[in-house]
Amino acid sequence: MNEIRYVWQWPVRICHWLNVLSMIMLALTGFFIGRPFMTAPDTSMYIMGWMRMLHFSFAYLFTVSVVARIIWMFIGNEHSSWKAFFPWLTKEGRVAFVQMLRYYTFTGKKLPCSVGHNPVAATAYFGIFVLFVFQIVSGFAIYGQFAPGGFWDGILGGLNVLVGNQWLRLLHHGVMWLLVGFFINHIYSGWLMDVKERNGTMSGIFSGYRFIKSKDL
Amino acid sequence: MKTDLDIVSPPIPEEILQRVEAKGINRRDFIKFCTATTAALALPVSFIPTVAQAVEDKRPPVIWVEYQSCSGDSEAFLRANQPTAGELILDLLSIEYAEVLMAAAGHQAEEAKHQAMEKYKGQYILIVEGSIPTGAGGGYCTIGGHSAVDDCKKLVQNAAATICVGSCSSFGGIPAAAPNPTSAVSVGSLVPGAAIVNLPGCPVNADNLTATIVHFLTFGKLPAVDRLGRPKFAYGKRIHDNCERRGHFDAGQYAEAFGDEAQRQGHCLYKLGCKGPETFHNCPTIRYNEGTSWPVMAGHGCIGCSEPGFWDTMSPFYRRLPKVPGFGIEDTADKIGIGLAAATAVAFGIHGVASCFRKGDSMAEDKTVKED
Repeated sequence: MNEIRYVWQWPVRICHWLNVLSMIMLALTGFFIGRPFMTAPDTSMYIMGWMRMLHFSFAYLFTVSVVARIIWMFIGNEHSSWKAFFPWLTKEGRVAFVQMLRYYTFTGKKLPCSVGHNPVAATAYFGIFVLFVFQIVSGFAIYGQFAPGGFWDGILGGLNVLVGNQWLRLLHHGVMWLLVGFFINHIYSGWLMDVKERNGTMSGIFSGYRFIKSKDL
Repeated sequence: MKTDLDIVSPPIPEEILQRVEAKGINRRDFIKFCTATTAALALPVSFIPTVAQAVEDKRPPVIWVEYQSCSGDSEAFLRANQPTAGELILDLLSIEYAEVLMAAAGHQAEEAKHQAMEKYKGQYILIVEGSIPTGAGGGYCTIGGHSAVDDCKKLVQNAAATICVGSCSSFGGIPAAAPNPTSAVSVGSLVPGAAIVNLPGCPVNADNLTATIVHFLTFGKLPAVDRLGRPKFAYGKRIHDNCERRGHFDAGQYAEAFGDEAQRQGHCLYKLGCKGPETFHNCPTIRYNEGTSWPVMAGHGCIGCSEPGFWDTMSPFYRRLPKVPGFGIEDTADKIGIGLAAATAVAFGIHGVASCFRKGDSMAEDKTVKED
């Protein structure tokens, strides 16, 4: 028998979709800012101006979303908790991690039962959150250069001195490509688990519900 | 009604002007110099008489030393037009030692430097050009038998203030570029904590140097600086934010190659690798060579010569981003990124195909109820 469980609470789902929206917009506009692939036919246009405006607006949205999700890690249920991102901390988590990794590498056939994140995904998400924070910090450090002595320059401008503003730009650019790689991986893994686990992996992020085989628990 | 147009600068006292004229300096040139320098320092017009007074009655002793340098900053300074270099050197400053300018040579010159340092201990302005090599026990640069390391430390410690001119003395510059064979460092890292102001640029803009000296004469201290020790009046804004081609940047009009139609139209040089967006300097407003021009005005992108990390992080000059360490010179971050994304897609595609055909998978407890 399948048990219907409410796993992904609404703040988790909202933050997830805000992240999707802002990341797509940030990658597209950010790529344009780094390499303007359209040329305006005349000076009355404002292509780069709009691209930068969108990039900075979605940067603020993304920041709010990531910060909200991090706060929810301390408020929400066990699946959204910060503890869920460190499956290594428990014995069952470690066993399930190895099992999952073996499934992915075709060396094992058995899928571990995971109500929330599977342990390999959870570990990856921890890394992704680190990259999110890096993108936010490096992005606002570079952004702050337009107003020396202003808010962003005041709190993050030291990074431009410590790391060098050109290295920050290169890293900000490089991490975007890592996130593009993650995007591909994430959609693929979601599809794979939806097919193989048959527990509502894909629909769960829309509805919040997943189907758990009660015998697994 | 009083408007901004009614603001008139208070007059420079007549006796100052007369004393200046008695020295053979044209009264009009002197007023122009005081006004331009006050403006460069971003001071209100009411400061013009104060500046005039400071410039007229103080002749600070100056020691100008060069270490690993090309003398480009000396050259830039000699071409300063406000006032002409001759006036500045002979009348406003008392240059005690400057390798490029002085007649003395050899031991005589070194003796003059030593005497000036002893005589004006704690009073002289030290101007340093060039980086200081610390490798080989300081052996890569010696002057009169003393290493640049010892010479510089002694001079900085006994100076009232030190002005680093050019990127080499400010940040290490070209001698400190990878692999930095002589372990060249800036004055700031050689003598941490000293009263130092950095005027990077390759070369320094002579107007900024003059303004810094005048600030010191007027207020008895060095101007307010940013995190990198650069005066805010000259390095407080990004080139990109004051650029005359900025309108084309925002519009989305870019030169794609040197000599193309867009470049001839004066469009933005961003895609030709202009480093204006990462460089802080007042080039667009103050310009070079008597305010004649500056690189972007002349049609070449900024190369970020006044930023720390020049040259390493500002090259390749015709690319936006530095080259990715460990990859070939032709690999840009985007090529590597697209390669990474494509490899990810291919890898997961293969994994997906393999997963479709795998048999015998099971959940921890997998019993799917088959419908008839």
